[in-house]
Amino acid sequence: MYLQKQFLVVNMCGIIGVIDRGRSGMDGSGIKEALSLMNERGSGEGAGYVAYGIYPDYPDYYALHVFYDNLVEPKKKVDELLEKWGRIVQQEEIPTYERPGLRKKHIPWRYFYKPHKDLVVGSSTPEDDLVKTLVMDINSRIDGALVFSSGVNMGVFKAAGWPEDVADFYRIQDYKGYIWLAHNRYPTNTPGWWGGAHPFNLLDWSVVHNGEITSYGTNRQYVESNGYKCTMFTDTEVVAYLFDILGRRHGLPEDLVVKALAPPFWDEIDAMPERQRKIDHAMRLTYGAAQMNGPFAIVVATSQGIVGFTDRIKLRPLVAAENGNKLYISSEEAAIRVMDPDVQNIRMPRAGEPVIGRVIV
Amino acid sequence: MEKMVIDAKGMHYTPLNKQIRKAVAAGVKEIEINNVLGQRFIANGLRGDVKITINGIPGGDLCMFMNGPECTVHGDCEHAPGNTMDGGMIIVHGSAGDAVAHSMRGGKVYIRNNIGYRGGIHMKEYESKKPTLVIGGTSHAFLGEYMAGGLILVLGMGSQPLMEDRGIGSGIHGGEIVIRGKVADRLLGVGAIKTEFTESDLERLSPVIEDFCSRFGIDPSPLMDINYTRIVPSSSRPFAGKYTWE
Repeated sequence: MYLQKQFLVVNMCGIIGVIDRGRSGMDGSGIKEALSLMNERGSGEGAGYVAYGIYPDYPDYYALHVFYDNLVEPKKKVDELLEKWGRIVQQEEIPTYERPGLRKKHIPWRYFYKPHKDLVVGSSTPEDDLVKTLVMDINSRIDGALVFSSGVNMGVFKAAGWPEDVADFYRIQDYKGYIWLAHNRYPTNTPGWWGGAHPFNLLDWSVVHNGEITSYGTNRQYVESNGYKCTMFTDTEVVAYLFDILGRRHGLPEDLVVKALAPPFWDEIDAMPERQRKIDHAMRLTYGAAQMNGPFAIVVATSQGIVGFTDRIKLRPLVAAENGNKLYISSEEAAIRVMDPDVQNIRMPRAGEPVIGRVIV
Repeated sequence: MEKMVIDAKGMHYTPLNKQIRKAVAAGVKEIEINNVLGQRFIANGLRGDVKITINGIPGGDLCMFMNGPECTVHGDCEHAPGNTMDGGMIIVHGSAGDAVAHSMRGGKVYIRNNIGYRGGIHMKEYESKKPTLVIGGTSHAFLGEYMAGGLILVLGMGSQPLMEDRGIGSGIHGGEIVIRGKVADRLLGVGAIKTEFTESDLERLSPVIEDFCSRFGIDPSPLMDINYTRIVPSSSRPFAGKYTWE
């Protein structure tokens, strides 16, 4: 009985995101503390962080973060593939620091990379398309290599462990970003492993997610029919790919992407004024296969901003708050207050209502 | 015994709750807890005659299974304060998250401002035990979902329109939801119907409104009329025959 209650009420996984809309850098120590406050939401089997603006020395290069099982065969294959399609300007092991509570299962490596865009035709974003194809190719074909971060001037740091151990393993306090997302995982449907920890990233898109995507089968078919490959053994990765299709390739603004993924109910659409009704009707018909069901609270980041939203009947918590240029989105108000005791305008957005923070400079 | 003060800064909820229990067992009648931030389960299952003041933001499931104490929060609450509470009182000088008073069995939960989704989900009553949830502001959707007993009262102070979220009383089969002002039909959940709020209802609920207002220093007189909507189950078994034939 007690256990049942726990599962009914306690919403697994903790998420938090922050943006400084004026692009002032924040080091990772604050978000580590905030995420650790929500340790009750995790199980020590996965935690991770993503930050934007952390590689000012390579502001125009794709920062590819890769988990290697060893630095021999898989790395040789990845190096060859990358050099065939572009130029590696710098590569190194991502500095890590041993933690008693965390077993190093992979070697995190990073490349700063420039793809040869003239090798691709018929795309308005040839560099992105090339890097996306390389990521899909490496993750599905090269054993012992997993690209878990592939955007420009940003990076994901994640592992199987508690939030504070993962943070100290990568020393995220040494990185300064103007956007941070963080996630504390409580794996329910799939095992906890390094690649299954959040954030999930593809190109500029990063996703942290609390809940389940019960429409995963439909959504997966939709993204795979658009040339994406699901390789992480967990539902959240489809959210990153859905944002890449709708946001980058179809050019929808964030609020319309959210409307496609978590649309209003038909009876609500029927009650709308004509113009709005037509738009919402068309969105549901066009993006039926992208619509997500199940309980979720999600925060997505790009270099231009963050957006948070929940499922249509609000089965997961989400709190937003502000302080000057900073916008916070989290599972818990207390976590936000750990980072910033003076936050204002604390609110709980409605189900399906996007909370958007864009950079202003 | 005299008042006890606890500084909860950085403290985990287990030692905090142990300290509270020990104090109550020793006869302490008043406990003030400062610098609370995110600690869950505070005063869980606590019994006895004690007044607890929480300064800060307590974590989820505040006063779960509690029976007897009176707990005042100067700040907001996260999810499910008063979860399966048996008796006693929670007074929140702020807002609260989702599933406030979840499965509550007895006692009172007063929230000064607003609450999230599914407030009063599966509240229940039995003989003399009748839980009460009063919200000073407004509520998000699915208020009183699967409600089986007790009273939910939404006073709508400071919000216009008073209530605009759907699914009120979805699956309700006992108890009553009383909301200040008019409630649109489209906001009612499955199995919920509106009835007239009468002078005798006002007489019956006046002590609740007055008590709520007195706790927060609010003048109750503007609330003392029959401009309320009363929402009750359409029958005691709204889903009979849904899953089986009778």
